[in-house]
Amino acid sequence: MRRRHLLGAGLAIVVAGMAGNAMAQSEIKIGEINSYSLLPAFTEPYRKGWQLAVEEINAAGGINGKKLVVISKDDGGKPADATTAANELVSSEKVAMLAGTFLSNIGLAVSDFANQKKVFFLAAEPLTDAITWSKGNRYTFRLRPSNYMQAAMLVEEAAKLPAKRWATIAPNYEYGQSAVAVFKKLMSEKRPDIQWVDEQWPPQGKIDAGPVVQAVASANPEAILNVTFGADLVKLVREGNTRGLFKGRSVVSFLTGEPEYLDPLKDETPEGWIVTGYPWYDIKTPDHDKFLKAYQAKFNDYPRLGSIVGYQTIKAAAAILAKANSTDPEKLIAATEGLSMPSPFGEITFRKIDHQSTLGAFVGKTALKDGKGVMVNSVYRKGADYLPSDAEVEKLRPKD
Amino acid sequence: MAFYFVQFLTGLASAASLFLVASGLSIIFGVTRIVNFAHGAFYMLGAYVAFTLTERFSGALGFWGGIVVAALIVAAVGVLVEMVLLRRIYHAPELFQLLATFGLTLMVQDIVVLIWGPDDLLGRRAPGFRGAVDFFGQNIPSYDLFLIALSPIVLGILWLLFQRTRWGVLVRAATQDRDMVAALGVNQKWLFTSVFALGVFLAALGGALQIPRDAVHHALDLRIIVEVFVVVVIGGLGSIIGAFVAAVLVSELNAFGILIFPKISIILVFLVMAVVLIVRPWGLFGKPEAAARRTPGLTVNPWRPLTSGERLMSIGALALAAMLPLFAGNYALTVGSEIAIFVIFAASLHFLMSVGGLASFGHAAYFGLGAYGVAFLAKAAGLPMIVSLLLGPLLGLLGAAVFGFFAVQLSGVYFAMLTLAFAQIIWSIAFQWVTVTGGDNGILGVWPDNWASSPASFYWLSLGIAALVATVLRVIVFSPFGFALRATRDSPLRSEAIGINGKRVRWTAFVIAGTTAGIGGALFAYLKGSVFPDSVGISLSVDALVMVLLGGVETVSGAVIGAIVFKAANIWLVSQTDLSKLVLGGFIVLMVVAFPKGIVGTLEALRNRRRSTDTKSALATSRVEVAE
Repeated sequence: MRRRHLLGAGLAIVVAGMAGNAMAQSEIKIGEINSYSLLPAFTEPYRKGWQLAVEEINAAGGINGKKLVVISKDDGGKPADATTAANELVSSEKVAMLAGTFLSNIGLAVSDFANQKKVFFLAAEPLTDAITWSKGNRYTFRLRPSNYMQAAMLVEEAAKLPAKRWATIAPNYEYGQSAVAVFKKLMSEKRPDIQWVDEQWPPQGKIDAGPVVQAVASANPEAILNVTFGADLVKLVREGNTRGLFKGRSVVSFLTGEPEYLDPLKDETPEGWIVTGYPWYDIKTPDHDKFLKAYQAKFNDYPRLGSIVGYQTIKAAAAILAKANSTDPEKLIAATEGLSMPSPFGEITFRKIDHQSTLGAFVGKTALKDGKGVMVNSVYRKGADYLPSDAEVEKLRPKD
Repeated sequence: MAFYFVQFLTGLASAASLFLVASGLSIIFGVTRIVNFAHGAFYMLGAYVAFTLTERFSGALGFWGGIVVAALIVAAVGVLVEMVLLRRIYHAPELFQLLATFGLTLMVQDIVVLIWGPDDLLGRRAPGFRGAVDFFGQNIPSYDLFLIALSPIVLGILWLLFQRTRWGVLVRAATQDRDMVAALGVNQKWLFTSVFALGVFLAALGGALQIPRDAVHHALDLRIIVEVFVVVVIGGLGSIIGAFVAAVLVSELNAFGILIFPKISIILVFLVMAVVLIVRPWGLFGKPEAAARRTPGLTVNPWRPLTSGERLMSIGALALAAMLPLFAGNYALTVGSEIAIFVIFAASLHFLMSVGGLASFGHAAYFGLGAYGVAFLAKAAGLPMIVSLLLGPLLGLLGAAVFGFFAVQLSGVYFAMLTLAFAQIIWSIAFQWVTVTGGDNGILGVWPDNWASSPASFYWLSLGIAALVATVLRVIVFSPFGFALRATRDSPLRSEAIGINGKRVRWTAFVIAGTTAGIGGALFAYLKGSVFPDSVGISLSVDALVMVLLGGVETVSGAVIGAIVFKAANIWLVSQTDLSKLVLGGFIVLMVVAFPKGIVGTLEALRNRRRSTDTKSALATSRVEVAE
């Protein structure tokens, strides 16, 4: 009796294996990695975004007739675990390309892995400039507007302010440091008359907001640049509001207009900050409407910026795979360089020169509406307009 | 002037929560000797439950009632944990309870996301304390003033509780000598449970009181736990006044440190902790620990070298492992290499912990130094792989020699905390010195040379080195040096009396362990192709501890099994599920209950018991031989 069961089970495995093989030929796999367990607030909407994209792509007939499958792995927020996951996806799952990642250091680790193993990698969210410039490589492309681009967009507005005395508050790691450095450089170019009177470097995730707010206030700046986000931002805003730090001062803030960071502030949202972000409620273009409707219909929730990034990452991957009509990494690279495609924010292009996409961001001001934080007067800034000249980029990026 | 005064008050307000949590941890440790890693998790739970209650019930009564009820609810959870889990393992080897509470912490991190969702939550402001008080043009939040007033009140209540009640007398007696308290007929069970409940209540209260200032999110626990350990150790374990003074000290350091050194506020507290421990090894208000009564487990079962049969079995297992490339794919081989590397790492810590009796909380420092050593040599100096592999671990050796010198002056938990402080200092250097280490973005492109680049050859390399390391460490255990080290562990006084220089022996052991960890780190850099500050981080140190405890701290080579089981489970779970922390935490808790001496330790105990019923007399004679 038992033997017969075993036989049956064996047969089932063989049949399933054959079916799997048959399936595999009509499938294209993408390996996706992100910090799902460490940063669920950002990666959950991101996951919904790419799930929507997969559904749409397969409903429209897949990629050149093949079904698109995304295999997703968690990296736990650790670069070493991300490399393990990348290895599994490439070696065991035989994916056609890698995509995803949120944290800059994980993006860099996977990009270096991709370069070593000659695998195509589409970085979704990491912001560091290094991934396309100083540590760029031919196998890595990046979707989201970089640190430099966001800084350039903010500087354009900040330079119009009359303020001459500036202070900065940024988390003490690579992201915060390079955001401040780029902002200072671009700002001082446009406005040689301004002074930098104080800088605060709270540890990421561990801001002791009261003392930081006091210290900034005592330097008496006319304007403040903020780079903190997430829970640190909440604490900073609360202490700043109570202690009157933002009263009569202009504030320019990275990423704060993204729903991920703005929504937790609820009725304590400070008004009039100049921010980059994603005012999904305020974008009236056909491309975005279509995305918004589909997203809300599927998930009964509003999209965050992560949703856009996740959605567009897989849409871009599909466009690349369709154009290359192959899973050979070299052909994928050739297909991606200079490739233009639609996105919910309008058409974007993956630049040949540094593999950065020209996806832009919205710049606007924060405001309070019905006890919630929103972005008002927001304008979409195209990424292409906020990148340095080709000559400069060539100096920044190592030759392949 | 007004500014400095306000900055001082702000520091005091931050100290309040820190003090509440730290005093709870201190009380629990004083009585039960449990290093409660889950204390941060209870703090976080307090914040989450308080958030729910204060959202549900509005008004002043709703808010303040919500805070207190939240702390009570979490304390009830704490009682449940103590009765169901910790009671079973009080008699396990020292630090084993750390493993259980670590498992709990992992579980809670995922559970709060499941219950309360992934978003950061913004709690209500406290009714009556929304605004700020003007002080010579500076604003002080009135809630800060409330917190400043609260902590001396709590301190006073605790003091009364401990000095003026019978329960307090018992707690103080147990803190001083719990065996004696037990011998006098006090029901330890309920004493421990009530102490644990009080400690958890204080932690949860500290968390609940943060909701008007902070956002509630699932990483709160790790943010506070390390700082709380620092406070407890600076103040002196088991001392409430110490916790108060240290909490104020640490918070004021943060408040004024950012004015003078905005960029190094990360390490300031660890520098201070290191200095305090070097100058006053028992913390500011602590007392030297009474000579611990050794758990009998360490003495009744002397270690013996492997019998020839067991040697054959080990060689067979190794040969089997070496055949893996014949049938496994590239991914399995890379995982195999990673496991082999962690066997090296765990074995090095195990050598320090079980042979030397020195539990390091910062062993990743030397692993990371080895990794960075290789990265510098390979990237900056451009040396070939074999040379980098040989020289890279020397950075681990150097680090271990310098820090070990100070660390071995201490013992027990103080040793553990000093190693933690050193590891944090190294981590901060790796994190901050961007021009040399690349900071958070790490050093990329550390890939193996061609001869080792295929997964199979790298696997053989890692496996070979792991086998070599495990063997050499075993040989050292049974060498005269190993016996001397065990002597200083089992009886510092007697070993000194027969002329063993305890500190030098322990220092040597520290250097051996550090270098070995460095070898693991060197291989790890080549396996991953990059080095990040993570490889010096606390979580890696904790992983190593977990592997050793899981394998069995009283065994000779249990860490090998512990590393294989833990690492394999970890990699598999992370790959399979987003809830890996919940499952892994649950797995650890189950293992703790099922194998209270670690996997290998429990198996050995079982085998010994069976043997002793079979051939009692034969065993007795063989034991005598070994003991001689």
